[in-house]
Amino acid sequence: MKELLMGNEAVALGALAAGVQVVSGYPGTPSSETLETIAKRNPGNVYVEWSVNEKAGAEVAAGAAYAGARSLVTMKQMGLNVASDPVMCVNYIGVKGGMVIYVCDDPGPISSQTEQDTRSFARYAHIPCFDCDSPEQAFQAVQDAFAFSEEKGTPVILRSTTRVCHACADIDVPEIKAPEPPDGFVKDPQWVIFPKLAYEAKLRVAGREEELSGEFSEYKGNTIEGNGPIGIACGGISYAFVKEAIRGHEEDFTVLKIATPYPFPKELARQFLLGVEKVLCFEELDPYIEDALIYEYGNLSLEIDNFIEGKRTGTVCLGGELSAAEVGSVIEDVTGIETSIPYQEPADTPALPVRPPVLCAGCPHRGAFYAVKKAVGKKPAIFSGDIGCYTLGNAAPLDMVDTCLCMGAGITLAQGLDHAINGLGNEGGAEEPTTAFAFVGDSTFFASGITGTVNAVYNQSDMILCVLDNSTTAMTGHQPHPGMGVTMMGERVEPVDIEKLLEGIGVKSIRTVDPQNLAQSVGAVESAMEEKGVRAIIFKSPCIALIKPDEPKRVDAETCIGCMQCINEIGCPGLITKNAKATIDTSLCTGCGLCTQICPVNAIG
Amino acid sequence: MSEKEVKSCLLCGVGGQGTVLASRIIAAAAMAKGLRAKTAETIGMAQRGGSVVSHVRIGEAIASPTIPLGTADVMIGFEPGEAAANIKYLKEDGVLIVSSKQVKPVTASLGQSAYDGEECLAWLKENVGRCIVIDPDEIMEACGSPKVLNVAMTGALAQTGAMDLGIEDMEEALKIRMKPKLLEMNKKALQMGAQRAAER
Repeated sequence: MKELLMGNEAVALGALAAGVQVVSGYPGTPSSETLETIAKRNPGNVYVEWSVNEKAGAEVAAGAAYAGARSLVTMKQMGLNVASDPVMCVNYIGVKGGMVIYVCDDPGPISSQTEQDTRSFARYAHIPCFDCDSPEQAFQAVQDAFAFSEEKGTPVILRSTTRVCHACADIDVPEIKAPEPPDGFVKDPQWVIFPKLAYEAKLRVAGREEELSGEFSEYKGNTIEGNGPIGIACGGISYAFVKEAIRGHEEDFTVLKIATPYPFPKELARQFLLGVEKVLCFEELDPYIEDALIYEYGNLSLEIDNFIEGKRTGTVCLGGELSAAEVGSVIEDVTGIETSIPYQEPADTPALPVRPPVLCAGCPHRGAFYAVKKAVGKKPAIFSGDIGCYTLGNAAPLDMVDTCLCMGAGITLAQGLDHAINGLGNEGGAEEPTTAFAFVGDSTFFASGITGTVNAVYNQSDMILCVLDNSTTAMTGHQPHPGMGVTMMGERVEPVDIEKLLEGIGVKSIRTVDPQNLAQSVGAVESAMEEKGVRAIIFKSPCIALIKPDEPKRVDAETCIGCMQCINEIGCPGLITKNAKATIDTSLCTGCGLCTQICPVNAIG
Repeated sequence: MSEKEVKSCLLCGVGGQGTVLASRIIAAAAMAKGLRAKTAETIGMAQRGGSVVSHVRIGEAIASPTIPLGTADVMIGFEPGEAAANIKYLKEDGVLIVSSKQVKPVTASLGQSAYDGEECLAWLKENVGRCIVIDPDEIMEACGSPKVLNVAMTGALAQTGAMDLGIEDMEEALKIRMKPKLLEMNKKALQMGAQRAAER
């Protein structure tokens, strides 16, 4: 039956069609829908889990593959950094069942800290890599990746990017059958990594490049289309942009599409290079295909001026997303062929809305940030933020995120800041010490915050850890985590209790408060600031997207004095100005009541 | 539709306004009619009250799920300022369906940026050949929910014929995508949207 499937859903159904048996992963935009779809469409005996982080997920998948199961682990590109320890090593060990590591890159970036390219990681790690250029092709690629992985006994990376992950296409989905049970684990020294074995493995994984490259030159996903004089090399979503840009001028071009970036299909690339007069490379993130072509160009001893153009020559922008318009305009600039679709940048538009993402109306994080801000007042303090919805606490008027780096880093950055500022930088304690705050969400705390907290306690740090516990992984679409007591197999289980966990680690001062109760929360922060050592405050209130909202609040226009303190203090999108008074957008207001606690004349109720 | 023809609709608005569902309804309507469909959506951080854009394309010859600038046959703007910000996607004689109600961003409430929805709406009426304005308050009063605005917009879209999809195709899609108990309310919204488009 034909279904409209998102790229990530296509990968999920393709994996099920390939007989996947164990699926793990950690949520992260743009990858999260894959695992959710497998859980939703589970034919019955596929094991699915949201792992505590990507490292755990990759290890679960590797273990299953050792036992002959087909396994899939999903993550975003940032997650591959977390998982890189097991991923690098399992490539040396090899697998028995097919193991596919599905990594979604984020050109732009749209929802990430870096613009890293998983194709380059695959080359560095010597792991074969398949790329996705459309949902329909991704559906096939994941099945090819499983077959290849199992045949070669190697983990395989399947890479995709946002515009493929979150594009939808109509795809014929076959009936999904429940997979056969795996063969089982056979004890053997091959599963135990030691330096001697690692040396031999290195020779094997680096040495197989030639053979696999030869096979990939024959792979049906790698193609050369057309026989025009201008060569265009591309892969992934940029292939779609190229096709769109050269529509109607196909006879002028030869298009090389790379669907297996590593090992690079050299033979096919040479055939392409020898058939064209000039090469333009279009790809997002790294100039990966471009570099591989430059290498082959060198091997062929070609000497043609300005032969290969792309990111290395400054012809294509080094960062950000590509588009059909951008590709068209570069082709036109370089070749003079009028391919770009004409469009006019409209003149004299009125002032347009500036609309960065914000914490939702009624979001409990707003109360937590505001309480800390009030309690701190003018005293010196640094606020280390983290990855999740609460990164949005950086925006005015809260302005409560001074640093943000990567998952869990706020807790450990705060320790470094404290040592440098209050220890080394304030010898003798002449100045008033700066209080180091770290804000971390519940899911991020489980994923990457626990080790940092142990570090703080054991190494005698002086900091206040604020756990913003909204009982979900909100930013990526409300996935469950170990604190919630429900698994992806639908079981109700004992949740991991953050307060008990902190106690067990040795945090002596722990307070749990409701961030929607301003007086209680401010009080808790004030008392914590009077103490020393590692103190924790758990701000506990569920994400507003998961609960039924209360009646919206209303502003009594008679009473409102138009001081705008409510808007200027907390910046809730539910509060707007009208006729020089505050008013409430009842379609957004959840009735959380934070603004009622701020209004100096009690006009909101 | 001929084999080489592609029809494109850009939807834009503010995270939470239902642009994703509207794009899925249009795609489902096309598929129910036996046409091929592709969409591309903003999912993730921008959904938290930020600017969002969805692309829907129908036809055999689609390569890119995103619409090249200047080629959208029709644009559905859920907010006047967002419509003005994305107008470069609309082709020269394209149709605009736009909600008259502004969503004021926090940056404007705080006085960090100037934005006036009325001014944007006036500019759109002035500069776009065919501009169909939908009043969300009117739809909400008639249908009893603010959540059907997106369906009303697809009703207006069907009426224009800009995507080669009719009201009956949209109704078919609603049957596929909607819970049965919400169907009647949404059908009403669909009709209202179509009616407003017919008047202009």
